[in-house]
Amino acid sequence: MRETERMPVAGRLPWVLVLPAVLGLVFLVLPLAGLLVRAPWSTLGQRLTEPQVLEALRLSLVTATIATLICLVLGVPLAWCLARLSFPGRRVVRALVTVPLVLPPVVGGVALLLALGRRGLVGQWLDSTFGITLPFTTAGVVVAEAFVAMPFLVISVEGALRAADLRFEDAAATLGASRWVVFRRVTLPLIAPGIVAGSVLCWARALGEFGATITFAGNFPGQTQTMPLAVYLALETEPEAAIVLSLVLLAVSVIILASLRDRWVNSP
Amino acid sequence: MFRRVSGLLIAVVLAASACGTSDTSDTSGTAAAPSASSGAPAASAPAATELIVFAAASLTGTFTELGKTFEAAHPGITVKFNFGSSATLATQITQGAPADVFAAASPATMKTVTDAGLAASPTVFVKNKLQIAVPPDNPAKVESLKDLTDPKVKVALCAEQVPCGAAAIKALDAAGIKVTPVTLEQDVKATLTKVELGEVDAALVYQTDVIASDGKVTGIAFPEADQAINDYPIAVLSKAPAGPLAQQFVELILSQQGKDVLTKAGFQAP
Amino acid sequence: MTLTAQLRITRAAFRLDLDLDVAPGEVVALLGPNGAGKTTALRLLAGLTRLTDGHIILDGLPLHHQATEKRPIGMVFQDYLLFPHLSALDNVAFGLRCHGTGKAESRRQAAEWLARVGLTDHAGARPRQLSGGQAQRVALARALAIRPRLLLLDEPLAALDAHTRLEIRSQLRRHLADFDGATVLVTHDPLDAMVLADRLIVIEHGGVVQTGAPVEVARRPRTDYVARLVGLNLYRGVATGNQIKIDDVLFTVAERLDGPAFLAFAPSAVALYRTRPDGSPRNLWQARIDGVERHGDNVRIHLDGPLPAAADITPAAVAELDLTPGQNIWASVKATETHIYPA
Repeated sequence: MRETERMPVAGRLPWVLVLPAVLGLVFLVLPLAGLLVRAPWSTLGQRLTEPQVLEALRLSLVTATIATLICLVLGVPLAWCLARLSFPGRRVVRALVTVPLVLPPVVGGVALLLALGRRGLVGQWLDSTFGITLPFTTAGVVVAEAFVAMPFLVISVEGALRAADLRFEDAAATLGASRWVVFRRVTLPLIAPGIVAGSVLCWARALGEFGATITFAGNFPGQTQTMPLAVYLALETEPEAAIVLSLVLLAVSVIILASLRDRWVNSP
Repeated sequence: MFRRVSGLLIAVVLAASACGTSDTSDTSGTAAAPSASSGAPAASAPAATELIVFAAASLTGTFTELGKTFEAAHPGITVKFNFGSSATLATQITQGAPADVFAAASPATMKTVTDAGLAASPTVFVKNKLQIAVPPDNPAKVESLKDLTDPKVKVALCAEQVPCGAAAIKALDAAGIKVTPVTLEQDVKATLTKVELGEVDAALVYQTDVIASDGKVTGIAFPEADQAINDYPIAVLSKAPAGPLAQQFVELILSQQGKDVLTKAGFQAP
Repeated sequence: MTLTAQLRITRAAFRLDLDLDVAPGEVVALLGPNGAGKTTALRLLAGLTRLTDGHIILDGLPLHHQATEKRPIGMVFQDYLLFPHLSALDNVAFGLRCHGTGKAESRRQAAEWLARVGLTDHAGARPRQLSGGQAQRVALARALAIRPRLLLLDEPLAALDAHTRLEIRSQLRRHLADFDGATVLVTHDPLDAMVLADRLIVIEHGGVVQTGAPVEVARRPRTDYVARLVGLNLYRGVATGNQIKIDDVLFTVAERLDGPAFLAFAPSAVALYRTRPDGSPRNLWQARIDGVERHGDNVRIHLDGPLPAAADITPAAVAELDLTPGQNIWASVKATETHIYPA
């Protein structure tokens, strides 16, 4: 019914838009094609079952997912504050949120070491009080990934919050909903698509994270060696393995994101 | 764009296959100046004013200094450097980057270039040796290689895929010691950073890196390091646009003057 | 009085000063043009906008210091604002849940309310699947389900098409009659106000210009805005006995009054002549035709001149008189069809 209502205005394709769109897609996909062409297909199966590959893949998926959850728990309230509260220095705070985007990830990793490392500002205290040291641990990988990926979530969710109709929150308040209930039962469902989009970006960024991770968490198989680290080191000596690892990472993320999209984004 | 991407990958594959073979081919390189560099066509070099040197990142300080010496001795000539990971430089050269001289941090990377027929007879001009790097206050009281086996001592090593990691494994094997590092870093600078920030108690890095760190880490020599010495070969590239100038630069590096600068930075004469 | 409120708010470009008393079961309509401050008044009562000054007392308890969610109110918004992610039933149950009623009980009561507005069949529907009239009824049920003491309706019928509006208006009237709390209704439609309200408060520029029962306001408008709303020609002048002078024209009227007064008459009471009529009919003035438009079965002629007025005549008369814009014409109104009252 909707389809027939929305017949195209004219039969002609808007080339001004379609042409750059196609070029853009080619630009994004061509390097992938390069990987596919050069992939050592004959030894693929054997490489995939190497325990180190599976270990790195498992670690990547687990850490990226935990990092995304942390970003959700911390980032959604942060986005809410940026979108809903007016306080002095809000612009500065918003700019600060984007710092991890601008910072080269390796520098981000060094910054994390200076803050949370064994001799870092906070890390020193963590170590002496709780005996916790983050570097060279899987938790450190999660921290590095969350640091780099959080802006993607915060910016998406803040955008969604700003676009959401505030009057729904008014309506909920007139029905007796406290601020927290309004947030949980009205605001969150309303911005769910934005949160999903932000989480997807965040997760993808965390999955591909390299610089901050290797700098802050180091690289040790089974402990801190995620797929991107394995890929990087494989490139030094065994480019074929690097290609395989990259393809695995790509395939897994595409499959997960595609299935998520169908489940979440298409539902109202 | 597609061709460039695939081309790069081919180069990387080539570099890899080079790494796979043994390093022995280069041990024949001696201190004697090579009489090679015959590939430089004199006709295509009308009064070059520029010399382009591709050199391993660990040579940044010393080669910059020697480049100035060279410019002083050859008025009107400018020496331009491209410092980077040896593997990356080798890839760039095989992809046709215009370079006159290549100084690599490992024989394997040099072999990529010689195998491609782009250079002949490389010469080992310095050697680099591992040291144990510890923070200046040495919190774990590390004194010898054996101390690194203590599970309470946090150790960083280079990943075995990069030269300093391969050297570390060789040294540890020679000493018959098994160390469980907390991390395998992607290059020697990253390893050194971990020590500088005190995140690890010790690391195995090159002596030159310890000296270059300018007191931020302390180096401890250990006898087993002699079992894992890294050779740095240098060669004039056969398509060198600057022709004879390239040979003259290599000669400067091999001269006593060059040796003085390099040993001061912690390199050892071959 | 159930509700006693003094609503004052001062902003850079806007000011509202409104006293409001509403008895239990009474429906008060705030009527006024756009930007008059009607919706602001509702938001002040709901606590969605903060009072600059004044108070709101409901059933003897001060309300103005309480947060919106603590006020015993129910509100129907102009475009209903049904939560798009919840079914009609859950929309109605939402407020009950917020007030601490259990899930099952909330849904049971919500179902009752949906039945009361005749939407049992649509309990599971999402708001976007509902028609405008259905959505309005869900919104009303949602507001009433929490048993508020004060019901606030913001343009409750404005988003409906003419046909649905008629039906929903009469339903709304019934539901309001059943409601024993105070109701404040905001509208710019005089018909809604007349049908639904027990009392009208007309607001212009942030202040009250007229209050009274709908019939009273309709008969005796006191501003041009109200006169236009109720479809009367309104003039202000000074009356002496059964005469009132408006501009240079002296009107003779049926009622007697002295002092400043309003003169009102319906457009249908105006008679038009191409030439000055014979004899000396009273209340005669000369005017220029400014515009001609259809108005129901008749034609409305807009007259310009010393006494701007609207006149409704039959299409046959238009043809007979051959009226065209720009033309000069004579107009008169019978004394018995005028109405004067003190200004």
